[in-house]
Amino acid sequence: MIGGLFIYNHKGEVLISRVYRDDIGEAGLKAEQPIISRSVPKPVSCLKRNAVDAFRVNVIHARQQVRSPVTNIARTSFFHVKRSNIWLAAVTKQNVNATMVFEFLYKMCDVMSAYFGKISEENVKNNFVLIYELLDEILDFGYPQNSETGALKTFITQQGIKSQVPTKEEQSQITSQVTGQIGWRREGIKYRRNELFLDVLESVNLLMSPQGQVLSAHVSGRVVMKSYLSGMPECKFGMNDKIVIDKQGKGGGSEEAAKSGKQSIAIDDCTFHQCVRLSKFDSERSISFIPPDGDYELMRYRTTKDIILPFRVIPLVREVGRTKLEVKVVIKSNFKSSLLAQKIEVRIPTPLNTSGVQLICMKGKAKYKASENAIVWKIKRMAGMKESQISAEIELLPTNDKKKWARPPISMNFEVPFAPSGLKVRYLKVFEPKLNYSDHDVIKWVRYIGRSGIYETRC
Amino acid sequence: MKADVDVFANVTQSKDGSKNRVWEGTKAITAPCSPVTENRQFGSKMTDSKYFTTTKKGEIFELKAELNSDKKEKKKEAVKKVIASMTVGKDVSALFPDVVNCMQTDNLELKKLVYLYLMNYAKSQPDMAIMAVNTFVKDCEDPNPLIRALAVRTMGCIRVDKITEYLCEPLRKCLKDEDPYVRKTAAVCVAKLHDINAQLVEDQGFLDTLKDLISDSNPMVVANAVAALSEIAESHPNSNLLDLNPQTINKLLTALNECTEWGQIFILDCLANYTPRDDRESQSICERVTPRLSHANSAVVLSAVKVLMKFMEMLPKDLDYYGTLLKKLAPPLVTLLSAEPELQYVALRNINLIVQRRPEILKHEMKVFFVKYNDPIYVKLEKLDIMIRLASQANIAQVLAELKEYATEVDVDFVRKAVRAIGRCAIKVEQSAERCVSTLLDLIQTKVNYVVQEAIVVIKDIFRKYPNKYESVIATLCENLDSLDEPEARAAMIWIVGEYAERIDNADELLESFLEGFHDESTQVQLQLLTAIVKLFLKKPTETQELVQQVLSLATQDSDNPDLRDRGYIYWRLLSTDPVAAKEVVLAEKPLISEETDLIEPTLLEELICHIGTLASVYHKPPSAFVEGSRGVQHKRLPGSAGSGESADSPDTGSAAGVSEAPPAVIPSQGDLLGDLLNLDLTPPTTSGPPPAPSSGMQMGAMDLLGGGLDSLLGGDLGGSPAMGAGFGAPPTAMPASFPPPVSGGLDDLFDLGGSVGMPMGAYSPPKSIWLPAMKAKGLEISGTFARRAGVIQMEMTLTNKAMSIMTDFAIQFNRNSFGLAPAGPLQVLTPVGPNQSIEVALPLSTVGPVMKMEPLTNLQVAVKNNIDVFYFSSQYPISMLFVEDGKMERQVFLATWKDIPNDNEAQFQIKDCHLNSDAASSKLQGSNVFTIAKRTVEGQDMLYQSMKLTNGIWVLAELRVQAGNPNYTVSLKCRAPEVSQCVFQSYEAMLKN
Repeated sequence: MIGGLFIYNHKGEVLISRVYRDDIGEAGLKAEQPIISRSVPKPVSCLKRNAVDAFRVNVIHARQQVRSPVTNIARTSFFHVKRSNIWLAAVTKQNVNATMVFEFLYKMCDVMSAYFGKISEENVKNNFVLIYELLDEILDFGYPQNSETGALKTFITQQGIKSQVPTKEEQSQITSQVTGQIGWRREGIKYRRNELFLDVLESVNLLMSPQGQVLSAHVSGRVVMKSYLSGMPECKFGMNDKIVIDKQGKGGGSEEAAKSGKQSIAIDDCTFHQCVRLSKFDSERSISFIPPDGDYELMRYRTTKDIILPFRVIPLVREVGRTKLEVKVVIKSNFKSSLLAQKIEVRIPTPLNTSGVQLICMKGKAKYKASENAIVWKIKRMAGMKESQISAEIELLPTNDKKKWARPPISMNFEVPFAPSGLKVRYLKVFEPKLNYSDHDVIKWVRYIGRSGIYETRC
Repeated sequence: MKADVDVFANVTQSKDGSKNRVWEGTKAITAPCSPVTENRQFGSKMTDSKYFTTTKKGEIFELKAELNSDKKEKKKEAVKKVIASMTVGKDVSALFPDVVNCMQTDNLELKKLVYLYLMNYAKSQPDMAIMAVNTFVKDCEDPNPLIRALAVRTMGCIRVDKITEYLCEPLRKCLKDEDPYVRKTAAVCVAKLHDINAQLVEDQGFLDTLKDLISDSNPMVVANAVAALSEIAESHPNSNLLDLNPQTINKLLTALNECTEWGQIFILDCLANYTPRDDRESQSICERVTPRLSHANSAVVLSAVKVLMKFMEMLPKDLDYYGTLLKKLAPPLVTLLSAEPELQYVALRNINLIVQRRPEILKHEMKVFFVKYNDPIYVKLEKLDIMIRLASQANIAQVLAELKEYATEVDVDFVRKAVRAIGRCAIKVEQSAERCVSTLLDLIQTKVNYVVQEAIVVIKDIFRKYPNKYESVIATLCENLDSLDEPEARAAMIWIVGEYAERIDNADELLESFLEGFHDESTQVQLQLLTAIVKLFLKKPTETQELVQQVLSLATQDSDNPDLRDRGYIYWRLLSTDPVAAKEVVLAEKPLISEETDLIEPTLLEELICHIGTLASVYHKPPSAFVEGSRGVQHKRLPGSAGSGESADSPDTGSAAGVSEAPPAVIPSQGDLLGDLLNLDLTPPTTSGPPPAPSSGMQMGAMDLLGGGLDSLLGGDLGGSPAMGAGFGAPPTAMPASFPPPVSGGLDDLFDLGGSVGMPMGAYSPPKSIWLPAMKAKGLEISGTFARRAGVIQMEMTLTNKAMSIMTDFAIQFNRNSFGLAPAGPLQVLTPVGPNQSIEVALPLSTVGPVMKMEPLTNLQVAVKNNIDVFYFSSQYPISMLFVEDGKMERQVFLATWKDIPNDNEAQFQIKDCHLNSDAASSKLQGSNVFTIAKRTVEGQDMLYQSMKLTNGIWVLAELRVQAGNPNYTVSLKCRAPEVSQCVFQSYEAMLKN
């Protein structure tokens, strides 16, 4: 299991170091870094420093770009993730579950963000006592323990428990929540107004050939919820999942099936928040759960069939002699004309030896950004079923570089108010038998947002 | 370390130094423990970060004073400062007593800080750590479960022997605590304690308590208990600690539905170690595990995949459920690719394994492995690997289009790999070969240096797969001769020129141009150049005589490289003695390389499948390759299939494939190309006889020493097989099982033959035979024989490691046997035996061990242990080995004894087809301590009277009748223990015929 966890700043200085197992940092590693020899050896702390320094020398200060997120130095394995310019590294000497270690590191980032916002050097230093306390709680002997922020916040507050000694009931409530079957929700939550916010957030990914052939396209979507519900409500979520609709269609009239079948979507795969009863989904394909309080991501899904591609990019690149390129890019919006896309940005890469660019665009603003080697064309809003065009003349410096320009793809960003996968929320029912509010009393808000993921067209 | 601290301080100060100073000035106002809950960021911003700046000299004294202050706030401040110093690597162990004094507090935050300090420094101050024990013990009784858990958690982290003794009682209580939070913490604590003092944990019976916790009502307690037990079980590979039976499995599966995401991982990983009894149980577990594939946590998903992949082995392939399961596996694996890049990387490494084991799962999912422009390089490279594995006739057009696109990217490694991939596609999908070649030619036209070189290397492989098909491109390749500066590309080009020398008009000029800088070339190029010129010479002998002489003299006289010199000499002699043979050898038809490339060796693959999700699956190495000590060295295997049609690729036959099936030839990775090139040129070892030197130099005493060395030397040189490849630095994991083991076995026999012919006076010892085949012993093969050397009985063994991991810790034991044979000393295997390595051992035997009559009499049952397991085999020794040196009877005694033994005890045997005369037979037998006492000739028949004595004092008397011209001997044996006669007769036969 995880032997130790370190947090570094971009220079490789240690901000946090927590060692769970003695095996890391011994032997082998000593030879690899010179720093240790200068200092006066102090037995215990030194051993730990070896691992710390080995990572700094071999990864953070490495001359080459990092070739793998897992590094093995002298039989010690280092897993790292980077958040802005902070490095989080988990260290082990055993054959640990690597997937789990990375999931844990992400979770650790989530927990820290939930406690003090952005993970920056400043914030880590400011909260180091808190971080140690968290590390003590969510990782025991290298085994991850309950790391749900909701539960953690009930007893890791940095206030000390001395001020108001909790009653016995409160204590056992805390512990039963931390260890319990419903670790993500505490009992006794009360709201005057029961509200639910449901966002379907999709990112549509596309890779298209210059001729307009779809090489690959998929939508990865998330259902994100905010729930402000009293008690321990039981929720049931339904959408136009093809499998469910087809099943119902069999039971009902064939007419209805044909009607609804048109709108149903085939979901390739989906994953759920741990509150969802997976066995129930597996057997009945129904999504039922007791929601956490506040923000959470209920599910993620992926579809590849019948995706509505909101935009089509048509590139035209012509090389005029050795010193000039003519680029024409047309974008077409492909959705209901009553809807409006927003925050549209087209990024057209330019060769490294570009000396000047002349631009003409019908709509929006376009600019050549030399530092990014790209023309960036921005349009604030665009209705459906429209098209727009940009033409650019790129002047090139003559070079004797044999190597051809790699022609990176043209990428695009946008936001549209529908779900490109075609997903529709059919219902979200709330039952709370113990308290006297019914499904009708809950105010529900549903919103669909489609964004561009990696939306590229080769040119 | 000191430097570190200073740097740290400077940073904070230069960045917001002024602010800091202001804050320090107003410390009193912004007390660190302000009761702000919601906006704690602001509250703490003004408190915590400053601790990192205090590194003045004499600070320890200041801290000491502050720690002993009466004011609680000040104390806490001071402890925080101490922790900050500790973090940046400063030694604050001098403050130990002062910090420990702060432990007695009702402030939980302060308590946690002190505990943190204790965990760090207790080991360096064991005596003072005892001071903390009382508080711990008291805290374990605290009414607040959070404090009880904290105490037991921390105590387990203090690795001081004296403390562990005090830990036992509190731990016992906590394991039975009413609060699940305390119990789950205590469960992990048992693992901690076991790590410090395993014996103590066993003695105190904590293991049983831990087992009980598997039935706990709280799922998290169950999960932690499982985790702790799994870890402890790992260090006791053979203990039945994690007693997995259907009942416990059921409990685990129930807890699986209810516990946290991490707990699910612990349970799934543990489940993966279980082997179901039959396919029905296997299916029912699979059914209960599949819902986990929809979990948001990738680790839960991959661990579930591991369980399913393993248990699937047991399902019959014709079962409907089997197909359903295969279908269910694909979507979650694809979903893993939309996770964060680090997880994608882990997922891709695992998918690489899964695709090799069960290609059908993802065969329709090629598109998801297309590389995205913004993928991190490590993801790109892995995706490329999987794309090639999935390439088939159906999707090859798409794949090629993609690969061509990638070949124009920026990252050099990636581009190279893409070019290489095009070549691999050509080899894998025959229909696409033409298109691949033309794509490669297009790429060569780009003139980008590394693209050209990589393309040439793969084109060489294509030539080897489709000989005489694409020679038209040679002209284009030759145009780029000058731009090649990498050894691998140069070697490939030279190989092409040599191979097709007869069709390249100026082949001699081309090769000559390389020859100019011969000494500056790398060995790889030199060797290739040598071979290519010899090939050229054999094809066009008239024009190139000068060239070949030049290269031979360069290689043999001016080079220090033994490989080069040896090869030079071999060619030289071949050419000078028998040019026809040279032609046969050098221009021999090469075997075609097959399509499957870079496959992981099947037994390793099986093991890695059992480690899905773990580091082993990321490194593609067995845990023993990177984990120290006993942990994780256990080799996991897939269960055998119960299914009907599956036996073809079931693991057991897979591992035996080395002999029976034609193993796939594998395109060498860059590393072992050299080895491969060498192999190419060498003919099968059987055509060249063993060199005469060894047998003449063979003396009795030196036998062992030489034996080992020569064996491996011969094996390596002539076989050109495993030993050779390893010698050239090929990573052992990448070694294909492509060379059938009998090669070296055959050499052993040859050698043994030479040995015994060379010493007519030596004791008879049968040739080595395989006692323990590798497939029965997890890769360990033992062949051996018995011999009597200078009066000492020896068991001579060759231990060959045919597994993929290192073997160590050998030991041997005998069962009781008829003559009380026992090892006279431990088995002397001093160095670990690496994969594909063999080692020679001679074990001296004594005859004073416990006796039990065996059937047959000379049967010996042996147990050999190594780090992997214990293996049993039995072998039969020749009884002649037990004939002692003082077995010569006085004539009178012989006569008397002969008469004395009743005639019932006499046994008569025929030895057929023996062509020795009586004197030769006599001297031959004498070598094995069978002494001729008298000889009589009656009517042209020689009668030899012989005696021998066994180690246990039994005398055997013999009369051997040899008639000139008659190849059939008659032997009569008389002995007081007539049981041995049969064995002695067999020995006679063996001794005389060898």
